[in-house]
Amino acid sequence: MITAEVNVQHTEGASLWSDAWRRLAQNRMAVFATFIFAVILLLCLMGPTLFGQHSSEANDLSKAFNKPSTTHWFGTDDLGRDVFVRTLEGGRISLAVGFLATAVSLVIGVVYGSIAGYAGGRIDSFMMRIVDILYSLPFTIFVILLMVMFGRNFILLFVAIGFVEWLTMARIVRAQIMALKETEFVEAARALGYGDIRIIFGHLFPNILGPVIIYASLTVPAVMLLEAVLSFLGLGVQPPMSSWGLLIKDGAEKIDVYPWLLIFPALFFSATLFSLNFIGDGLRDALDPKSSKD
Amino acid sequence: MALLEIDNLKTWFHTRNGVVKAVDDISFTVEKGEILGIVGESGSGKSVTVHTLMGLVPQPPGRIEGGTATFDETDLLGASPEAQRALRGKRIAMIFQDPMTSLNPYLRISEQLIEPLLIHGLADRGTALNKAVAMLEKVGIRDAAERVHSYPHEFSGGMRQRVMIAMALITDPEVLIADEPTTALDVTVQAQILRLLKELQADLGVSVIFITHDLGVIAELADRVVVMYRGHIVEQGDVLSIFDQPQHPYTKGLLACRPRLESKFKVLPTVSDYLDETEVDGQVELSEKPDAAAHIESLQQVADPEIDENDLLLEVSGLQVHFPERAGFFSAPKGVVKAVDGISFTVPRGSTLGLVGESGCGKTTTGRAILNLVAPTEGSVQFDGREIAGFDAAAMLPLRKRMQIIFQDPYSSLNPRLTIEQALTEPMAVHGIGQHHAERRDRAAALLDEVGLDARFLRRYPHEFSGGQRQRICVARALSLEPEFIVCDEAVSAMDVSVQAQVLNLLKELQLRRNLTYIFISHDLSVVKFMADTMAVMEGGRIIEQGRAEEIYANPTEAYTRGLIDAIPRDSVSFIRERVE
Repeated sequence: MITAEVNVQHTEGASLWSDAWRRLAQNRMAVFATFIFAVILLLCLMGPTLFGQHSSEANDLSKAFNKPSTTHWFGTDDLGRDVFVRTLEGGRISLAVGFLATAVSLVIGVVYGSIAGYAGGRIDSFMMRIVDILYSLPFTIFVILLMVMFGRNFILLFVAIGFVEWLTMARIVRAQIMALKETEFVEAARALGYGDIRIIFGHLFPNILGPVIIYASLTVPAVMLLEAVLSFLGLGVQPPMSSWGLLIKDGAEKIDVYPWLLIFPALFFSATLFSLNFIGDGLRDALDPKSSKD
Repeated sequence: MALLEIDNLKTWFHTRNGVVKAVDDISFTVEKGEILGIVGESGSGKSVTVHTLMGLVPQPPGRIEGGTATFDETDLLGASPEAQRALRGKRIAMIFQDPMTSLNPYLRISEQLIEPLLIHGLADRGTALNKAVAMLEKVGIRDAAERVHSYPHEFSGGMRQRVMIAMALITDPEVLIADEPTTALDVTVQAQILRLLKELQADLGVSVIFITHDLGVIAELADRVVVMYRGHIVEQGDVLSIFDQPQHPYTKGLLACRPRLESKFKVLPTVSDYLDETEVDGQVELSEKPDAAAHIESLQQVADPEIDENDLLLEVSGLQVHFPERAGFFSAPKGVVKAVDGISFTVPRGSTLGLVGESGCGKTTTGRAILNLVAPTEGSVQFDGREIAGFDAAAMLPLRKRMQIIFQDPYSSLNPRLTIEQALTEPMAVHGIGQHHAERRDRAAALLDEVGLDARFLRRYPHEFSGGQRQRICVARALSLEPEFIVCDEAVSAMDVSVQAQVLNLLKELQLRRNLTYIFISHDLSVVKFMADTMAVMEGGRIIEQGRAEEIYANPTEAYTRGLIDAIPRDSVSFIRERVE
């Protein structure tokens, strides 16, 4: 019976994740999007240091509203600051807020939703009523309340946004888990003596990755926009710090005369969103063995 | 001129992996007022054939590569979309396999019934509604005038299939296409639906194309039979000659692989016992195995294993499982559903107990309760002399190795995101079988080999397998823990008869080799009789009759058991001869 050994040499590392990685690498659109996103990310991280001679602190009113040129690639703004460096600096904030808040909402939402959906019954009812109550809190008032209590704080912004975004994630995850836990492979897992944690995170979770990833990739831009709204209300990022949301808002006011103030931050913002969407789609397909092309 | 004439029809699918010739050059006719049975296994092209006629083949990837289909002098395939729509649902109607999903759950039955009449402009609302009520009465739904306003969920599966039939017949079509309309139903309900179809056909004079994988159903119903295999028609003729003198080895195999109540087979013949497939220049040639007859003869000689009736592995007494009915979060339970209501039985080591009954009789809950997958409300379950009823997950853990379960639906009982290797090695890892992953993987490969699959399949995902292969994988997964006892919960009910025979043989073979003890749960008495040594008939949560399987079959004392036996499609030549004449 052990003669079967010969046939199974190439099984090393045959798991969902390694197979997903292989499939993702075959998806040209996703690879291209990943490349674009990596470039933007690197620029935002390194750029302000590399192009430090045009610091955003360096106000020079004599250079206000210069058109894009070889010294100032993206032109300058009303205070004579380099728009290129401003865009990269804004990117740091936007990406940080976007990803940290999404990560917070993802972790809380998935764990909370999985437990509620898997436990079912009274535990589920109780947990979901808490979510309903939190949903009913007006978001802006909630943030103002936090600001009043803890003072204005950058980190608080992530927490506040993540705290609101996880509610929807929890509902999505719960609904998916509830539908899945009735399937026979879950019952088979229980009959095989698997523990609840193993069933939830080893068996159910991989099956809901599709909708989770799609929702997460929609959360990132939503969070970035939310940050812009908060900043506009004076609750978020304050000058001289900036973010894409703020830059776009400022630029939009002067679009008739100084279009470069809007165009360049908006370009970075939309390129990021586009690439994130493609990466999200690619991940969803890659994590579904049925979409395999081989 | 026949009512419907199909000539050299070819429907191919152009997929990434090449061309699939789902229907390849087939010709047949349907006469006015006859019942034509198309029989074949999944993938034989029988469904694609009628989907082509109904314009339901998705294009692309599907493409009609050639041939004609003439209905009452109209070219079905070449007609304009408007002309085709005018025919479909009006003069040619169709009913589908799964009555649970083919009705819209949000619309009242009345709305769905009158829709075809309104769409084709055959009646105004008032007359249509009257006609709907009359039609419901015709398909045997009582109090039709009131029930016509119900929603689909208020009907059982059999009732819904009746509604589907009413919906298809409401426009007085000339051809009714029935695509496996009874496959998702219990045998008893199937028998009712078949009787109804026969009556309606005689009454309305409609031609019926009845598609099924089960020759037994054909024997009950059809005037003529078309046997399909791999996109071709291998044989066609009138029903008596197909059953009396089948010519093609595939037809012979299909006829033989059905477990019969009167037959003495200990191992079921399968299609591959008859059929040789050799590939010649990329074309598959079908021929009959030369030694088929002798081989089938030898299958009847297999001896029964010795069973010591006093060596009990499982003793169940007074088992009850009640579920509370709850209306809302804060309200007290309204009442209880007594799914299992005090049953007792014993299973000797190495034997099979068959649990048989209709849906909702409590047989599935019984299986779950023995394994503590649902908590028993009361009663005792002794496994190998030890009381285990009500054990929690931790206490059950060491016993999971010894007691396993195989489920009905091989499509949902494997996690689609795990490779076969992961599915087979994870149970071993959880229970500490094998030192390291490589050792567990070798064991998994050996298990695949044991259930008749290639060890190279380890790297694949469940969706790459057919239903029968998946069920073999489920069997391998259950065996990965080396259990002594397996509950087979409708393990073959979702399968084609030809695949069912293979899986049943596998289960029997494993039982002999590993001295396994089974509880075999099914709604189909013929399958239970083939598998089981002793049998318990369940109705309404209670066992109403139990004893040796052959004795119950020979002398059923309860009317309910009698009904289960009568519901099995009769396919003896003498029965068909009588029916045809």
